[in-house]
Amino acid sequence: MFDDLRDLYQEVIFDHNRNPRNFRVMEDADRKVEGFNPLCGDRLTLFLKMDGDKIIDASFQGSGCAISTASVSLMTEIVKGKTEAEAEDLFRQFHEMTTGKEDKIDLEAIGKLAVLAGVREYPARVKCATLAWHTLDAALKNEQEAISTE
Amino acid sequence: MTIFPVEKIRADFPILKEKIRNKSLVYLDNAASCQKPQQVIDSIVHCYSHEYANVHRGVHTLSVRATDRYEGAREKVKDFINAQSTKEIIFVRGATEAINLIAQTFGKANIKAGDEILITAMEHHSNIVPWQMLCKETGAVLKVAPIDLQGELIFSEFEKLISDKTKLVSVVHMSNALGTINPVKKIIAAAKEKNIPVLLDGAQAIPHMSVDVQALDCDFYVFSGHKLYAPSGIGVLYGKQALLEAMPPYQGGGDMIRKVTFAETEYNTLPYKFEAGTPNIADVIGMGAAIDYLNEIGMDNIAAYEAELLDYATEKARQIKGLRIIGDNNNKGAILSFVLDKIHPHDIGTMLDSLGIAVRAGHHCAMPVMDFFAVPATARASFAMYNTKEEIDVLIAGIEDLIKIFG
Repeated sequence: MFDDLRDLYQEVIFDHNRNPRNFRVMEDADRKVEGFNPLCGDRLTLFLKMDGDKIIDASFQGSGCAISTASVSLMTEIVKGKTEAEAEDLFRQFHEMTTGKEDKIDLEAIGKLAVLAGVREYPARVKCATLAWHTLDAALKNEQEAISTE
Repeated sequence: MTIFPVEKIRADFPILKEKIRNKSLVYLDNAASCQKPQQVIDSIVHCYSHEYANVHRGVHTLSVRATDRYEGAREKVKDFINAQSTKEIIFVRGATEAINLIAQTFGKANIKAGDEILITAMEHHSNIVPWQMLCKETGAVLKVAPIDLQGELIFSEFEKLISDKTKLVSVVHMSNALGTINPVKKIIAAAKEKNIPVLLDGAQAIPHMSVDVQALDCDFYVFSGHKLYAPSGIGVLYGKQALLEAMPPYQGGGDMIRKVTFAETEYNTLPYKFEAGTPNIADVIGMGAAIDYLNEIGMDNIAAYEAELLDYATEKARQIKGLRIIGDNNNKGAILSFVLDKIHPHDIGTMLDSLGIAVRAGHHCAMPVMDFFAVPATARASFAMYNTKEEIDVLIAGIEDLIKIFG
C-alpha cells in the first residue's frame, strides 16, 4: 500500500526510530543545546563531549517524529570522532542532499545518512530531518540559546 | 428522509478530481480550509469578466453593477446568519481580522486595567493572542475557563469565572482542534445575567450548522469565508448595531468617511465605518455565491449528513487499537482529532498523504489544547459535505496499514 513511501521511510529509519542510538543524558557534556521545531513540536537536547576541536561523544534526549528521531540518532553516530570542520562539512552535504542537490555530495562521507535523501520529495518534512543538524551547528558554534527551525 | 445528494455535490468541486501521488484525492483537511465549488469559481471569473469596477465610487455603469453585486452579497450574508440589518455585516479579511478589530475598537474603548476578558481553554490562537495584546496594552486580565478530558467546557467553572470585572466573553462556537461544539446558548444566557457582551468565534461552526445570531442573542459573531466554501481572504464580522455604532473606527481611509477636512473627519455610517479602503470586491461576491450554493442544499441537511459521517468515522476509529481520539464527546462537529501510540502525527500525515489522503498534522493553532492533552500534536481528519463513507474507509484502512508498517 505504501510503496512510494519506502523511499522515505526506509527500514533504517524505522530501526532508529524504534531504538534510537546514543539516547541518553550526558552528565559531563561540554556542549548542550536544545533544538525545537514549533510547527511539529519536535524537541531535542543534544550533548557533545569535545577534545579540542574533536567530537569524542554525542548523545541526545527528546521526542519527535520518526524522521527527526532517526536523523538525530544517525547524526550522533556519524559525528563521533569527527572534527568541527568535518562535522560542519557533513551538515553542508546533508543540507544539500535534503534539498535535492545530489551532485555536490560525497556519498562515501555521508554513509548511512543517505537513507534520509527521500525527504526531499516531502518539502514539509525537510525541517524534521535537518533539526538535528541545525542543533549540532549551534552546539559547534557554542551558542547557548535554544535553537528553533522557525 | 431524502437522500443527501453527495455525488451531485462532489461533481461541483473540480479539485476533488485531482490525483495526488497518483491516487484519488481524499480531502479531509476541511477544518483548515474548504474546497470551492465551480459556482463560486465562476462567480469570481464572472465578476472580473463582466462586472468589475470599484464600489461606492463612480457613477458609471460598471461601478454601479459592482456595487450592486457587492451589496447584494452583504444582503445574502445578513439573511444567512439572520442579522437584523446589513448595517451589522462588516466585511473583513477573516475571523482573525474580525477579532482583532473588536479588540482594537470595542476593547480599547471599553476594557480598562483590572477588567477581565473571559475565554475558554479550547480557543484557537486567533481568540487568544488579540486579547493578550489588549491586556498588555490596557492592564486587563485574561481569564480562561477550563475544559475536561473529553474536550468539553466545564460549564460550572466557566460560570464561576464570570464576575463584575468581566467586560467581554469571547468563546469559540466549535473547536477546530477537537470538534467540540460549545453550549453557546447557556454561555450567552450566563453572560447576559450580568450584561456582559459575548463574542462567538464561528470560523469552524459556520460551514457545519445553521447559525441565527438573533436567536443566539450574541453580540458579535465572526467567521471566515474560506471555511464556508467561499474564497480565502474574506470574512465577516457581525455585531449588534448599537454596539457597532458606539465603537470607534478601526482603520482610517477612503470609504469609511463622510466628510474630510484637515481640521476633522466625519465618519461614514455602518457598515462602511469599518470598511476603509477598496474592499475585496470579487471575493465578497464569491462568498455570496457560496451562500447561494449552501442555501440550495440546506444547512440543516448538511449538518445531518456530516453527523452521520462523524458517527461512522468515530465508530471505526474507536476499533483501532492504539488510536486515541482527542476530544471524544457527544457534542461535536465533523472533526476527528487523534493520536496513535508511538507514531508521531507528522509521520501519520506524510504516510496518509502518500495514499492521497489530506489530513492536518500539527497543533492546529491551538497549542494550549495540545498542552492540556499532553500531546505535541494530533492528526486531524475534518469532514465536509462532499466527503463520503467510502473516503472514511480509505482513511481507516490507511491508518491500520501504517500502524502495521511502523510495527
